[in-house]
Order: sequence, then structure tokens, then C-alpha cells
Amino acid sequence: MILAILKRLLMLVPVLIGITLLSFLLLQIMPGDPASRAMGTRASAEELQAMRELWGLDKPLWVQYLYFLRDCLTGSFGVSIFHKQPIITLVAERLPYTLAIVAYSTVIALVIALPFAILAAANRGRLADVAIRQVFVVLIAVPPFWLCYVLILGLALGMGWFPTGGVGEGLLENLHRLFLPSLVVGLSTAALIQQSLRAALIDTMQADYIDTARAKGLRRREVFLRHVLPNSLISTISIIGVRISWIIGGTVVVEKIFSAPGLGSLLIDAIVSRDLPVIRGLTVFFAIMVVLVNLITDICYALADPRVRLE
Amino acid sequence: MVVLRNLLRSPAGALGLLMLALTASATALTPLLSPYDPFALDFADAMQAPSALHWFGTDNFGRDIFTRVMVGAVYDLRLALICVFGPMAIGVLIGLAAGYFGGRIDAALMRLTDVVWAFPFYVLVLAIVGVLGPSETNLYIAFFIVNWIGYARIVRGETLLIARLEFIEATRVLRYGRLQVMLRHILPNALTPALVYSMSDVVLTVQAVAAMSFFGLGVQPPAPEWGLLIVESIDFMREAPWMTIFPGLAIVWIGIAFSLLGEGLSTALKPKG
Repeated sequence: MILAILKRLLMLVPVLIGITLLSFLLLQIMPGDPASRAMGTRASAEELQAMRELWGLDKPLWVQYLYFLRDCLTGSFGVSIFHKQPIITLVAERLPYTLAIVAYSTVIALVIALPFAILAAANRGRLADVAIRQVFVVLIAVPPFWLCYVLILGLALGMGWFPTGGVGEGLLENLHRLFLPSLVVGLSTAALIQQSLRAALIDTMQADYIDTARAKGLRRREVFLRHVLPNSLISTISIIGVRISWIIGGTVVVEKIFSAPGLGSLLIDAIVSRDLPVIRGLTVFFAIMVVLVNLITDICYALADPRVRLE
Repeated sequence: MVVLRNLLRSPAGALGLLMLALTASATALTPLLSPYDPFALDFADAMQAPSALHWFGTDNFGRDIFTRVMVGAVYDLRLALICVFGPMAIGVLIGLAAGYFGGRIDAALMRLTDVVWAFPFYVLVLAIVGVLGPSETNLYIAFFIVNWIGYARIVRGETLLIARLEFIEATRVLRYGRLQVMLRHILPNALTPALVYSMSDVVLTVQAVAAMSFFGLGVQPPAPEWGLLIVESIDFMREAPWMTIFPGLAIVWIGIAFSLLGEGLSTALKPKG
């Protein structure tokens, strides 16, 4: 097992190099001069020149890439122009909020998806199944950024149940404050989990060992809780793994709207202030996060299902 | 034709098509349906609640929101369809090449998709447009860079399966050229799942292009693009919630239509037996 994990880590190396290379190329060989793009039109010629030297823009492209790779390897991911701090410092301050929303929204998604998946699978092809399916079709069609405002309008401004954004002190207050942004991300995940869990439940219910369990006299409820549900939930782990990139991407939108000081807000602010190193460093950091979460879910999947081997 | 008939026969597909046809005709007929100019300011009529005169109400400049939402459909549908079917063409060709040639070409192309796949969609699109600067062209560039991977993966998998089937082996006996086999015999069969996937892709892309203008990185004002209508309404949300609600409902409407169409397509395109 440990050997398999090490092997997987080793296989990540080319992907990680690819990630840095792609971010570098995409955000560097854009038309125009990166220095004047970052500084705006008001910068003087001397300022621009100083900028180019600071960033090594006067060096050949491959040297610039090596600089960038060095920044990523030493863990700083570069230095922000606007904040004048290493990007990793900015990331460290904001990462907890983003991770909190990712985890919170995943829990919400499971809480929503689980009962509907069970209900749909138990009534396969009947009215309840079809109705649930249509509800989730509508849910997928709702744009998250708009849903944020609808929820703010209804539940925050209208009913006054939730604050319109920001973060607070302590776990309880943050669970309250981060509920709406996490709900928005969670709802879009819930639709995916519901669909795959329903399919997995139906598959498992038709397996031979379920017949065996029934034949040896176990009650329906026991068979369901002890055999069908755990085995179906395993597949949900890998669905979350595959969609984690989407979930993390979703946090960007809601963080900005609910003014949660996470990585997404940092990215949007960097785009507004034309802070190129932050945009580039963060893009790499986001991708590394996705790759690591994927690895973790793969490991969990292998631990939960002995038939699966890490390759 | 057979596909269209099957599509109309499935309730989901027929309903989806109907919704899109309604949208298209309402948009085309807006000048006849509505006496209002989508751009002309009329402060005397500002922030009117929905009524028989103004079905969706008016905005802070007194512009009729129904008219603006209808005219805006042109922007959102154009953006979403180009951002889906452009990258789809690229992805299908890449997937086809990777699956058919295999070996090094396959390995290289698949490593590339692995790398692009690692970036969260919104992060990469926001970063690219953020660096290039906000404009419709740059939005297309960003989506073309990001959106092809799903199709490449699907079509590669299908191609691998189809290339093993007997009728493809037969083409080898008949000494067909590689290009002919790829484009005339494998592609049409590998395209089906990609087409079904593209419908759910449109649903998410309509939201994504609207979100881009929401962040100021897409279509620029005064275009009545739906994301822009929403962002412009935020300051007036309390007094005039209809300014926020209706453009969003338009996105939901289009999303449902394409979801249903995708559901219909997947039944219509399913091989018999």
C-alpha cells in the first residue's frame, strides 16, 4: 500500500511540471508586455524597466520559466506586486476559508443527495424517481452566482436568518456565516452525487450477494443499511474525487459574492489589480490542490474497497 | 431525420426543443412583441414593478427588462454555443487521433489533457481572461483552451472501443485509407456520446459565460447579456428584486431546455437492440 502511494506520488511529478509549464506559458506569452499590462498606462519608462528586471522579463523565456519553477519548488510561488509578500503567505491566510467551504459544501451535498438517491432508487421508474430527477435537472440549470443573490435576497435580507457575508469568530459562528456560500456550492454537487449514488444503489441491489443476504433471512432494512448502502457509498467517494476540481472552482464565485476571504477572492482581487505573479502562482496552487485531493480520494477509495488497487 | 423523429418522440427531447423554439421565436419577434427600445433611457419609468405594461418590470434607467432579456438571449446563446461547439471540434479531433494512432501520440495527448484537467475550470478561465483583458474574443480564447478536454477524453475512449470492432477490421481488408476510416467510419460512431455530453456542457457554459460578465471579464455594457443584467441589478436588489430575478430565470430556462434536449438525444441516439 505504502509502496503504491509512493509510486503514485512519483507519477505526479510530470503532471506537476506540466501544470507549472502550462500556467507559465498561458500567462506569460500573452500578447503585449506583461510589465505594462501589470502597471497600467500611467507607469513611467523607468518604472517599467525596473519591473522587467525585477521579474526577469529581460531574460530569455526558458530562464524565466526556471525562475518560476524555482519559486514553486521553494514553496513561495512568487511574490505579489500588490501585497509585496510571498504568494504562499497570502495563500496560507486564506486557504482555511476555501477548505472550509469545500468540506462544508461536500457535507451539505451528501445530506441533500443521500435521502433523494435512496428514495429514487427504491422507487425506480415510478413517479417519485421521475419527479426527483426533474427537480435535480432544474437545480443543475441554476447559475450559482445568481443563486447566491437569490439566497441573500430571500434568507439574508428577507428573513434575516443569515448574514450577507464575511467571516466571524469561532466554529459555530462560521458554520452559520459560511452556510449560504457552502449551500450554493453544495447544491450543484448534490445533483451529481444524487445521480451517481442512485445508479450505484440500483446496481448494488441487483448483486448476487444481496440476494444471498436476503435468502439467509436478513431483514430488508438490515440488508440495506449493512450491505447495500456502504457498498454504494464507496463509488460516491470517487465521484467527489473526479468532481473536486469543479467544487473548488465553484468556491471562487461564491467567495467573492459572500466576501469570504478565501483563495477565490484572492484570485479575483489579483485579476482586478493586475497582479500577474499572484494570478500565476494561485493558478498553479489550485491545480496542485486538485491533484492532491484526487490522490487522497483514490487512496480512500482503495482503502474502502479492497478489490481496487492503486496503480 | 430519423434522429429528429426519435427526438420528438421522447417527451424530454420534444419539450426541450419546444422551449428552445419558443426562446428563438420570442427573441426574433421582440421588435413586434415589445414596443420598447432595449437601450433607450426613460427615467420617468425607472424601477417599475412587473405589470401588464412591463412584464418583467423596468430597470433603474427605465428600460423594459423583458425586452432586454429577450435581446440578451442572442448574446448568451451565441457565446455559449461557440464556447461549447468550437472546443468540441478540437477535442473530438484530438480524441480521435489519440485513440486511433495510440502509442506516443496517444500518450502525449493524454498527458496534456491530464494537465489541463487538473486546473479548476473557473480558475483557469478567469486567469486567462484576467491576464488577456476583458473582451468577447478573449473569452473565446480562454474557453477554447480549456473546454476541449472533456470531448477529447470521451472520443478517445469511444475510438478505442470502436477500432476493435469487426467492421473496422473489414475496412483494413478493403484497404481503406486511414483518414477515410477515421473520419467516415469511426468518427460518426464516436460522436454520439460527445454530442450528448455537449448538451450538459451548454447548460454549464451558459452559466459560465454569464458568470464571466458578472466578474466584468466578458461582454461589456450596455449589452443586455444576462450576466451583465444581473450584476447591474445588485445595487437595486432590495428595491427592485425583479431586476435580479428575471435575467437569472432566463439562464435557468435555457439550462432546463438543453438538459431536456440532452436527455432526449441520449434516448434518440441509442442504438436499437
